[in-house]
This record gives sequence, C-alpha cells and structure tokens, in this order.
Amino acid sequence: MTTMGLVHTPVVPVRTGRATVRRIVGAIPVVIFGLYVVAGVFGPLFVDYSPVGGELDDRLLSPGSVTSDGSTAVFGTDALGRDLFGQVLYGARTSVLIGTLVVLFSGLVGIAVGTAAGYLRGKTDLVASRVIDVLLAFPGILLAIVIAGVFDRSLAIVVIALSVTNWIGFARLSRSMAMTLRERDWVKSATVMGVRRRRIIARHILPFIAGPTLALATVEFAGAILAEAALSFLGLGLPSASVSWGQTIASGKEYLASAWWISAIPGIALAVLVICVGFTGDRLTRHFGRKQ
Amino acid sequence: MLPQLVRRIGLMVFTVWGAVSLTFVILRLAPGDQATVQLGPDATAAEVSALRGELGLDRPIFVQYLDYLGSASTGDFGESYRFHESAMTVILERFPATVVLALTATALALTIGLLLGIMAGRSPGRLADRVISGITLVMQAIPPFWSGIMLILLMALTLRLLPSAGSGDLEHLVLPSVTLAIPFTALVARITRSSVAEVTAEPYILTARSKGLSERAVLARHAVRNSVIPVVTIVSLHIGTLLGGAVIVEQVFAWEGVGSLLVGAVGNRDYAIVQGATVLFAIVVVTMNLLADVLNSRLDPRIRAGAQA
Repeated sequence: MTTMGLVHTPVVPVRTGRATVRRIVGAIPVVIFGLYVVAGVFGPLFVDYSPVGGELDDRLLSPGSVTSDGSTAVFGTDALGRDLFGQVLYGARTSVLIGTLVVLFSGLVGIAVGTAAGYLRGKTDLVASRVIDVLLAFPGILLAIVIAGVFDRSLAIVVIALSVTNWIGFARLSRSMAMTLRERDWVKSATVMGVRRRRIIARHILPFIAGPTLALATVEFAGAILAEAALSFLGLGLPSASVSWGQTIASGKEYLASAWWISAIPGIALAVLVICVGFTGDRLTRHFGRKQ
Repeated sequence: MLPQLVRRIGLMVFTVWGAVSLTFVILRLAPGDQATVQLGPDATAAEVSALRGELGLDRPIFVQYLDYLGSASTGDFGESYRFHESAMTVILERFPATVVLALTATALALTIGLLLGIMAGRSPGRLADRVISGITLVMQAIPPFWSGIMLILLMALTLRLLPSAGSGDLEHLVLPSVTLAIPFTALVARITRSSVAEVTAEPYILTARSKGLSERAVLARHAVRNSVIPVVTIVSLHIGTLLGGAVIVEQVFAWEGVGSLLVGAVGNRDYAIVQGATVLFAIVVVTMNLLADVLNSRLDPRIRAGAQA
C-alpha cells in the first residue's frame, strides 16, 4: 500500500453530464436542510403568527382558503382559526433550536466523557461504560418522558431530557477513536517527549475525532428533532405558549375527520426535514470516511 | 460459556440496580413530592405533613432510598394513589397488552424487513436495491405518532376498515402494530441489506455458485444464514427503541398497555406507577439483550468458541 502511495496520482473522474446531474440531485437535501434553518431563524421575522388565537370565523379552513383579513392560508387554519403555515414556520424554529441545543450540549458531554474513557482507560472507562449500560436499559424516549413529565415545563428541561441519552452516541464514537488514536505513533512520540496529557488530547486526539463527530451530529440532530416532536405530542414539550410540530399534530387529531391538514402538514414538514438531515449526514460520513 | 453467563447476569443485576436508583433520584429531584401532588394545591400544611408521615417521606433521604430499594427488589413499588391498588398489580394487568403489541410489531418487522433486505442486498446498486433503500429511508424518518394518525385517517376514517382506537380485539391490534413496525421494519431491512451484500461478496458464495447451486439454494443455505447474525445483534440492541415507540403508539391508539399507563401516570405524578413501569421496562430491555447474546452464540459457532477460550 505504501509503495503504491509513492507513485499515487489522483484519478480525476471525467465530468460527464450525468455526473453533474448527480451532483445537483445530491445537493438538494443539503439545500432543503439549509432552507429549514433559514426559515426557522428568519421566517418568524416576516410572518406574523400569534399562538394565542386567530379569528374565530377562520376556524378549520382548508389549505389555500382566503381568511377574513384577506390573506391566503396556504396550509389552512386550525380549530382556533390560527394560520397553519405560521405554525409550521414557528415549529421549524422550535425544532431547529432544540435540535441544535441538544446536539451541542450532548456532543460536548459525550466527547469529553468518551475521549477521557478511551484515552485514560482503566477506572474512568469502567465507570463511563457502566453509566452508559444503565442509561441504555431505559427504552428509547422513556427516560426523556419521565424527566420532561415530572419537572416544570421549560426549554432547559426539554434539552436536558433529550440529552440524557443523546450523548451516548458521541461518547461511544469518541471513546473508540481515542482508544485507537492513543496507540498511534504521533501520540506515543508526544508522550515520550513529555507533552502534557491535556495538550496531547487537545492537539493530537481531538482534531481527529472532530470530523466523524460532525457526521454523527447530524444523525443525532435528526433523532433529537423526532424526540422533541414526540415529547410535545405527548404534551410534555415546551410550555404551551410556544409552537411545536408535535403539539400541532396532537391538536389536529381531534379534527382528523373534518380537517386532516392540521395533523398531516406538520408531520410532512418534520419527515422531510429528518430525511434531508439524514442525507446530509450520509454525505458527511462519506466525506470523512474517505479522508481517514 | 458458563463463567461468561454468570458475569453477564452479574452485570445485568448491576444495570437494573442502576436503573432503579436513577428513577429514584429523578423523582426526588422533581419539584413537589408525592404528598403535595396527591393532595393538590388546596391542602393545608398539616394535611400534607400528615400524609408525608404516612408515606414515609419525612424520613432521611438515605433511609427512604434503602427502604425503596428493599421493597423494589420484591416488586413492591407502593400503592398507586389513583388506582388505590398496588402499583405492580396495575402494571402487570396492563403488561400483556404491551407484550402482544411489541411481539406482533417485531414479527411484522422481521418478516417484511428480512424480505426487503434480502431483495435489496442480493443485487447491490440495482433498481430493487435503490427503490428499497428509498422506501426504508422514508420509513425511518416518519415519527410513529404521525404515521399512526395518518393510518387512522386512511384506514379508520376514510376507508372505515378498522377501528381507530381501543384494545382487545384482533382488529384493534392491526393499526398499532403496523405503526410500531414501520421504523423497525426499515431498520431490519437496512441491516439485512448490508449484511447480505457483504456476505454475497465472500469467496464461499462464489464457490457455491461455481459448483452449480441454484441462486435460491445459494441464498437460502449460504448467504441468508450467515447474514442473520448481525441482524439479531442490532435488533436486540434496538428492543429498547421498539418499546419506547410502543409507549407513544399506545398513547395514539388508546391501547391499554404499560406505555399509555406510564404516560398517564407521569401526567398525574403517580410516582408509584412511574417507578414500577420504568423499572419493568428496564428489566425487559436488559433481559432481551442477554437472550439475544445467548441466541447469537447459538447461531455463530465463532462466538461460542471465543467465549470458551
């Protein structure tokens, strides 16, 4: 392999029309994901939406109807006459915000615990592994349901409830990477040269963990969004003044026979986001997989 | 095999202890103890402290913990204040419904997932593979509470074929189990696909083909058998995910299982039920993981040999 590496010339694929089409199609999910983020961040600045209630004359209007103030409700309205498009837009903000916070929080905790466990091994590793075992004994979202349910509803509690199991993926990834990295020559040389442990981790281990972690972060982001929707569907998410897709889906269940769009549209918005995040993650995984 | 098993069971007991303790810690950190929650905001201080004494909440926290641990180990989680009955009795009454739901969903997911996975994995990159990959991707992305509602809309409200909620009959079982099976089917299909694709690239498959075995025989006797092992491992690791999904699906379809009981108990702060149900779920997950390990060593002689060495 090394001798081949010496005469290695990069193979540049010939750009054909088909390859260009593929590149464009491949970029679509990333663009859509970006649109969600932009819509979540800036959308509420342009679209007025009041969660307190709309016009009662506008109750349960089907998608595309004209409301009493003359505007068009693209996605229809709900049982209180509130515009569904506004709800989807504000819901995107909630989802993206909570997903980001959960991934940041659990990513930091996971990387810290995982790197420490993989690099130090011994007791640290044992304790970390047992804690993970215990947390994994709780089925999926159960622990989040219990935590979000018994504490008073707030953003912090939702983020904590979702992070309690979310960090495990990050910890496992960085643990296994730190374990192999510590046996690599550059780490060994640094150790022999007397470089301090903290510096070795910062300079010679963490940079290699970063790429794959970013790829994992997208997967965990999608998971966090789905879990947040599930919590708010059960009525255990953010305080009811804020808008969330799960909450809208739950509220539409009562009116399923007469106004299917209340439940259907936020769910589609959610699924499309999760799919696009998944594709983005696949691309990142392939990218960082090749580099290693 | 035996020392290995003893070690595994030791770990299992430890994990369950951890789960029991963590549940205790969470509920103690929560604002308001069982006495204040149970009596509501109108209760006088005297009433609250009387009930506290009755429930043993006035004792030092460590004594409470040991007492809780002691009774939990005998399956006693105290009395549910809403059902006026032992929490474990209420939970165990509901347990069979959850088991039926989870098993039906698993059976569905395994049958369809394996089938889809084999179809996709035997010809990687071909049309069948791409179509199945696309379908499974979507199946994994849609949340069960939403697909459940959409199934109600389609099958119960529009086509009027099946009941939308409730439990008991076989026809009540169809929609919840299909809903629960959707993401799980996709998971099984994806793992089977990559496993079959990997195995069919092995030299012994080439040998089997070149000695003139029919494609069916190659698949049935050589490829599928060997690709099942990772499927068993991953599926067992996701039993927790399945049960977590069951909690939500039960809520959507008003299925009278432990999941909907737990969600209701969380809402009403019926701590005895919350503790009992959470611990029961943890025990099920840990036990299933152990069983999967044993099953795997049955399926794969290499693991058996490794355990003996």
